[in-house]
Amino acid sequence: MTKEASTYSTAHELAGRQREISVSEFFLKNRHLLGFDSPSKALLITVKEAVDNALDACEEAGILPGIQVEIADQGDHIFRVAVEDNGPGILENQIARIFGKLLYGSRFHKLSQSRGQQGMGISAAGMYAQLTTGKSLHVISRVTGEPMASELFVSIDTAKNRPELHGRKKIEWDRPHGTRVEVEIEGRYQKGIHSVDMYLKQTAIANPHVSFHFRGPHGEAASYTRSSSALPPRPMEIKPHPRGVELGRLIQMLNNTSSRTLLQFLENEFSRVGRKTAREIVKHTRHRLTERSLPKRIAHVQAQALYRAIKKVPVTAPRTDCIVPIGEARLYEGMHKEIDAGFYIVKTRPPAVYRGNPFQVEVGLAWGRPGGAGLAVDAGGRIHKAAHHQRDASEALALKADEPARLLRFANRVPLLYQQDGCAITKAVLQTNWRSYGLQQPKGALPVAPLVILVHLASVWVPFTSEAKEAIAPYPEIIRELKLGLQACARKLAEHLRQENRLKREYDKRTHIEKYLPHVGIALQEILELTDAQRDQSVAALDEVLQQTRKRP
Amino acid sequence: MTDTGREADGGASARQALDTLTLRLIDSIATAVRRSIERGELPHIELPVRSLANVTYDVDKGYFELGETLKTRTLTVNTVRSFAQTLRLMAASRQMVQGNDFATKREAYYISKNWGDCRFDAQTESDAIMDDIEALASLHGLAREQLRFYPESHGGSVAGPLTVIDTDPETGAVLEIDCANLGSGAWSVPRSVEQLGFRTDADFILAIETGGMFQRLNHHRYWKQANCILVEMGGVPTRATRRFIRRLSDDTDLPVYCFVDCDPYGFANIYRTLKVGSGNAAHINRFFCVPRAQYLGVTPQDIIDYRLEDATHPLTRTDIKRAGDAVKNDPFFASHPRWIAAIEQLLGMGVRAEQQALAKWGLNYVIDEYLPRKLENRESFLP
Repeated sequence: MTKEASTYSTAHELAGRQREISVSEFFLKNRHLLGFDSPSKALLITVKEAVDNALDACEEAGILPGIQVEIADQGDHIFRVAVEDNGPGILENQIARIFGKLLYGSRFHKLSQSRGQQGMGISAAGMYAQLTTGKSLHVISRVTGEPMASELFVSIDTAKNRPELHGRKKIEWDRPHGTRVEVEIEGRYQKGIHSVDMYLKQTAIANPHVSFHFRGPHGEAASYTRSSSALPPRPMEIKPHPRGVELGRLIQMLNNTSSRTLLQFLENEFSRVGRKTAREIVKHTRHRLTERSLPKRIAHVQAQALYRAIKKVPVTAPRTDCIVPIGEARLYEGMHKEIDAGFYIVKTRPPAVYRGNPFQVEVGLAWGRPGGAGLAVDAGGRIHKAAHHQRDASEALALKADEPARLLRFANRVPLLYQQDGCAITKAVLQTNWRSYGLQQPKGALPVAPLVILVHLASVWVPFTSEAKEAIAPYPEIIRELKLGLQACARKLAEHLRQENRLKREYDKRTHIEKYLPHVGIALQEILELTDAQRDQSVAALDEVLQQTRKRP
Repeated sequence: MTDTGREADGGASARQALDTLTLRLIDSIATAVRRSIERGELPHIELPVRSLANVTYDVDKGYFELGETLKTRTLTVNTVRSFAQTLRLMAASRQMVQGNDFATKREAYYISKNWGDCRFDAQTESDAIMDDIEALASLHGLAREQLRFYPESHGGSVAGPLTVIDTDPETGAVLEIDCANLGSGAWSVPRSVEQLGFRTDADFILAIETGGMFQRLNHHRYWKQANCILVEMGGVPTRATRRFIRRLSDDTDLPVYCFVDCDPYGFANIYRTLKVGSGNAAHINRFFCVPRAQYLGVTPQDIIDYRLEDATHPLTRTDIKRAGDAVKNDPFFASHPRWIAAIEQLLGMGVRAEQQALAKWGLNYVIDEYLPRKLENRESFLP
């Protein structure tokens, strides 16, 4: 008995080993949760997090983003990733915390549409670098108006979730303002859907106001030039809506509030709650809570009652003007410049709400028929094969007739490259009956067509299924809006296809006719003993008659 | 001795007149097409509708005739190909008339292989276009042979007191063929008979279904005994045979007696086709029908009269169906009550008898007994 017991630990022994786990340590062991689960994905996520940060910084400062992305192959599966922006720069004493501490950021505590949400991405990349190469993050930043740039090497003390600085100096930098982040990680550079190129291209589609310059590890270079010099309007920051608040979050809010009474708390901390609604909520709460109760003193049971009351009292839907969609015109521009197709449709749905969070859905379709209907009607009513500008194949998002449609997912203008199957957008696309719009669609699959389906979900809080922000959770309200957007575009596509088919049929008919006209000429020449000139004249006249008598397409 | 008007030049002047008519027809169609084009209109060709809906049986004329319904082949998406093919085939026809050549239907199909996109993909296509042109020409009194499209199958054999006047295609020299002087063989009807002239002092023409019976009658010189011209049909007579019998009987004003098997196929297919033509080639019947034809035998009554009951076979299901169709649906039989009675008599007996059944009474019973007895009583021939 005693012998056996010795293999088990006593409560005291256990207590001796139990200690706090820092967030950094947790993610070091669970790096897949942040998306760093394979070398190729790690490389892409690193670029993505740095670019997301750069874009948010530029936009918040009202600067048109110009971003440079460089990837250098250091050999032995080590890559050096550098992302440089023309943003406002970062104050020197902030740099360490931004890049060297997980869950440090400006956006987690506010509800506003932005790319980053948690303040985790770039630090996670730094941590991954530390883990795989042992190298620190190298940051150069110059704040607008400063004569010099700051250069720092930052690493993370994972046990304490605290930044560690190695070297800090002022240097000359030829940029007036901006930030350059360099990180050396173990990775794998690949082409295809999950490539850095594809990520940048998709980002360029959803952000036509951004210019990218990319230099790859094998000397390849690509530029995505902005087509619009209008910055998207700044999204407004809103307070949480009572419908969307969870019990835990409510308790946290009660503890953190500076409001002195429950009534004030309700009025100040939530959107769409006025005095009348606040009183109504308190009235429904009971459990000896009054309008004057001190929020910090509210017990757990009381908080539960408050939570139930909040859900019971009708509250006006949250305001939705805090959402900034890409917009139909910009989205069209973005698609048009990056996707080589014959026909584009874009649709921005009106804003809607899930669980108290406003969101807005945008859908774009790019349709291109290979070898193409590419037909054009000229002023004389004749149909010609339209000249077709073909982009470099490696650059084009392939549009092939016999392959499933390419689905591009975006959340707050950021492309989602992984976990397509688990995403609400994919579900909505699969649930859409594309067959009724004239496309082929195998059961439970994407439509098979030369089609790019682009879906953007903008929200103050995008419900990602994981911290890696790869897929959107399928809330029924979201699915519904997605489907409405898809259907609106599909209807337009069906209309276009009908028109295209009509034109195609008419062209085929005319081609068919034209094939046989010379034979009518030959026969007439043989029978009537015409000269070649007379024959050609008859054929030309007949061609003219046919063109005149056929309906204008 | 009956002479026809064509023997003087071997039918050359008659042929020339037909050729001129043919060329003029082709020319007029092409000219109309060209004029339409120049006027800025879609050209069209009017063709007779060849479907059975446009076929009537003319009791007075005694043959199936094409009605007056015309289809207009306007040059459109759906017709442009056949429109071009029709014109090109007409151009080919014109060339053959001018060059005094001809093409079989199969050859016409192959001519088109040089037409590029316009070529016929199968002979059924060229046959259909040819039938259209033929139907059109028939409205102008022209047969396909005048367009120089000849059938693939040759005509039957002919023997008896008949001189056929023909020309040598190479030299144009007039040739005379004495069908009574061909030894144990016979003269074979050419594919086109338009140019032929005839001289004969025979009393009638005997059209025989089977080659076997023809051989027997020829071998024993029955034609000498009965002073008749023997023509072998070999089943349903070919166009050449039908046209030959028609021309021979017209030119020499001789009656035509048919001697075929006593079964619905013999009545409805062989005899009826010879006499009035067929429904699905109604446009040519006016040239190919033989209104003078009469049915000598074997009749259902002959089975009883000549006691052939034990030399018969039961009617097959096909026979019964064919007989039923003839009685119910065929306007030719419907207009002849004696035929209806005869077919119903056969159906009542439920048997059929072949020509050769007469051999029951001896191989030459047909020569010595049957034919003489039948010819004594020509009123008994079925119409």
